[in-house]
Amino acid sequence: MIEIKDLKKSFDGRTVINGVSAVMQTGKCNLIIGSSGSGKTVFMKCLVGLFEPDSGEISYGGQNFTTMNEEQRKILRRQIGMLFQGSALFDSMTVEQNIMFPLDMFTKDSLSEKQKRVNEVLARVNLEDVNNKFPAEISGGMKKRVGIARAIVLNPKYLFCDEPNSGLDPQTSILIDKLIKEITLEYKITTVVNTHDMNSVMETGDHIIYMDQGIKEWEGTNKEIIFSKNKKLNDFIFASEFLQDAKDMRMLEMKGKIDNNRNMDELLK
Amino acid sequence: MNIFTEFGRYLLMLKDMFSKPENFKMYWKELMHQCVEIGIRSLGIVVIISFFMGAVSALQTAYQLVSPLLPRSTIAMIVRDTVILEFSPTLVCIVLAGVVGSKIAGELGNMRVSEQIDALEIMGINTRTYLVLPKILAAMITIPLLVVLSMVLGIWGGRLASVATGIVAASQFDKGLLQGFLPYNVFFALAKTYTFSFIISSISSFYGYYVNGGALEIGRASTQSVIVSCVLILLADYVLSAVLL
Repeated sequence: MIEIKDLKKSFDGRTVINGVSAVMQTGKCNLIIGSSGSGKTVFMKCLVGLFEPDSGEISYGGQNFTTMNEEQRKILRRQIGMLFQGSALFDSMTVEQNIMFPLDMFTKDSLSEKQKRVNEVLARVNLEDVNNKFPAEISGGMKKRVGIARAIVLNPKYLFCDEPNSGLDPQTSILIDKLIKEITLEYKITTVVNTHDMNSVMETGDHIIYMDQGIKEWEGTNKEIIFSKNKKLNDFIFASEFLQDAKDMRMLEMKGKIDNNRNMDELLK
Repeated sequence: MNIFTEFGRYLLMLKDMFSKPENFKMYWKELMHQCVEIGIRSLGIVVIISFFMGAVSALQTAYQLVSPLLPRSTIAMIVRDTVILEFSPTLVCIVLAGVVGSKIAGELGNMRVSEQIDALEIMGINTRTYLVLPKILAAMITIPLLVVLSMVLGIWGGRLASVATGIVAASQFDKGLLQGFLPYNVFFALAKTYTFSFIISSISSFYGYYVNGGALEIGRASTQSVIVSCVLILLADYVLSAVLL
């Protein structure tokens, strides 16, 4: 569990995160959603320590991350895996070397043990025969999966994903979402995902935080989001007419009003 | 951002480089990798410029040395001293500031922009120690070796050009090389080289490590690192000459 209390962060006098408090729950996909510039990436970077917050408190399983020294943070960070927006794979290394890198750095396992572990996580993310390929030789979706494999190779307690669906086609996006969800449940980890993708919100959002202009505007689940009365949230999620119609239909469906195809045809008219 | 803030960040980067490695073997591997990247990959350009630098120096010295009272072996003495004192340490390091400096700034800049540095930080790795320190150490190991090689090749180039054009006979040139040779000059040249190596690697690492933006900023950082390194090399050259000679 990650606990955040009254987190604030500003750059050159401009407030980007303004007193956000939240609890990221263990074994769940915690989604941070919001429009571009809402502060969600800065929020995530504060959580993992890439940015120092101006004030507030971040606790990982009861340990106060904000007051830790560099050495203590380094130890905690070994329990953190992160998937970056652009995957952030090391260009000069093959897929296998990329995944093996944390094992090389932090374990004393033999080469065969490390190779076994690499193959295990590659199989877990449904990738085969890519061990000797360089990041430049694989597709965007495969890069994301290699990024996930690298993030989970040390069995982390916390997984952070920064816009895991960006630049991917809808089908691959769904695969990545499923994978993140499955891994969260399987490894019982605390997963925090930054996303714009509405499909992710509806499919994987066990716990959703909507941010607007650095403020936590709304918090709930994917079941609650559809009935939310928050105007800003509705404007963001159901931005297009198509999505608004889909929402209306889903609501009717959930209320049991669509019970046969005839009703559906009437609605579509 | 003013110059003092930049200098402060530079000093902080250097201070933060010194932390206990997470895994000594991995750091050693990275150091060896950087020795190859900085040293071996710069070998070609150093060989070419050193040889021609010596050859041209010999021909131009002979062109200006018209007095019949001066023995021809003086050409070898002048070539030797200019190559050891100035051409090899300074000229080679200025060329390396372009070749190695832009490569280091570009590599680190690209790693910063593509979040590879962030990925290492998240893993709990001190990126200053893992990425910057091996580059500075590798530069300080390999650049002096390249400069020593450059001295030898420069003098050899001068000898070859002198003999080939008939300006000085081989025996006369060899005699001139040994006349009034001061080993202190080599010490002075190496002292300069170590200073220049540190300037090249640390300045380019600083500009690459703190890139903020995209491809355009990486290009700017590379250019900036070369300009600043060259200016600092010339400044350090003057100060060291004034202090040590």
